[in-house]
Amino acid sequence: MWRALHEELAPEGLAVITVAIDRSIDDPRPFIEAAGATHPSLIDTEHRVADLYNMVNVPTVLWIDEDGRIVRPQDVHYVSNQLASITKFHNRKPTAALRAWVHGDAPAYPGDVVADTKVADETHQEARAAFALGWWLSQQGRAEAAERWFVRAGELAPHDFTIRRGSMPIRGIDPMGPAFFQMAGEWAAQGKAYYLPLPDTATGDDDYDAEPIEELDLEAFARSIEEGR
Amino acid sequence: MTTWTVIDEQQSHLLEAGDTLVLDPSLLGWQRKPEGLCRDEVCIPVPADVPPGAMDAALLARLLQRPIVIDPDEHVAAFAAPAAERADALRSGMAPDFELPDVHGILHRLSDFRGKKVVLYAYASW
Repeated sequence: MWRALHEELAPEGLAVITVAIDRSIDDPRPFIEAAGATHPSLIDTEHRVADLYNMVNVPTVLWIDEDGRIVRPQDVHYVSNQLASITKFHNRKPTAALRAWVHGDAPAYPGDVVADTKVADETHQEARAAFALGWWLSQQGRAEAAERWFVRAGELAPHDFTIRRGSMPIRGIDPMGPAFFQMAGEWAAQGKAYYLPLPDTATGDDDYDAEPIEELDLEAFARSIEEGR
Repeated sequence: MTTWTVIDEQQSHLLEAGDTLVLDPSLLGWQRKPEGLCRDEVCIPVPADVPPGAMDAALLARLLQRPIVIDPDEHVAAFAAPAAERADALRSGMAPDFELPDVHGILHRLSDFRGKKVVLYAYASW
């Protein structure tokens, strides 16, 4: 997905690094191979990056400058519009903002990066410990004990979907199935957002007017995923 | 005595303890000194009635402000990073460094990319 932008912007001094928050390299491998990724495609089985950067969902994008400074709070950026009719995220503004930053045409963020960066509280960190315990137990084949800790982790950090959805494949729950839709539905019913995009590049009607998207052919999409596996 | 596993972020340690987990603070990189628990230049006071040596895990976690979860049936415990440490790191404005493998098992460090603009993109198959 990121290959085209990487190859376009690498000569301008951009490095794209993707990190799959998954159980093993075999989970994202089909995506990485299908994309023919030419940038570093890393795998984070221990949720290290989620912990360090307080990421609570995917996809999450973060911009870092030449000095190692975070120049934009984390954001949602679906690089492809393939799923836009479902995700409701159009790629037009985030991609334009990225190009403008790399070219030096615009600042990375109009606001105060640190003030707009969310940090984890102790309860959230406890949830991360509970997830780590569940993951370890699961890898030992102690699935029943693991399940209790995954449930506990989700109770402690109900807003952290790297825990609640990310644990589903480990627990034998389909992360695209009824359990996911029930979880997302209950979350929405509480008036809470599943994704927290930054306002300056939020998708609007203007994006669809400027660059219409095609309705996703779900059956063809499902087939392409099956063939990719 | 029972064998316990203690998960400290990315590392796991095996140690012998009873039904209640007690561990030496050095396992987490802290040394017991007259001033308290010390690591580098930092010392955290320890209540006077706590004897030197192995320490109750929950007490140690509280003193170090590290969230802990303990499974007494499975004899395993996990420490998380202190919330304040993670928050301070993010609020410093600098991107926390990490090292992770790629599909070929080759390790990459974020700091290897210093001097370039970086887009860090987290995704998942789920």
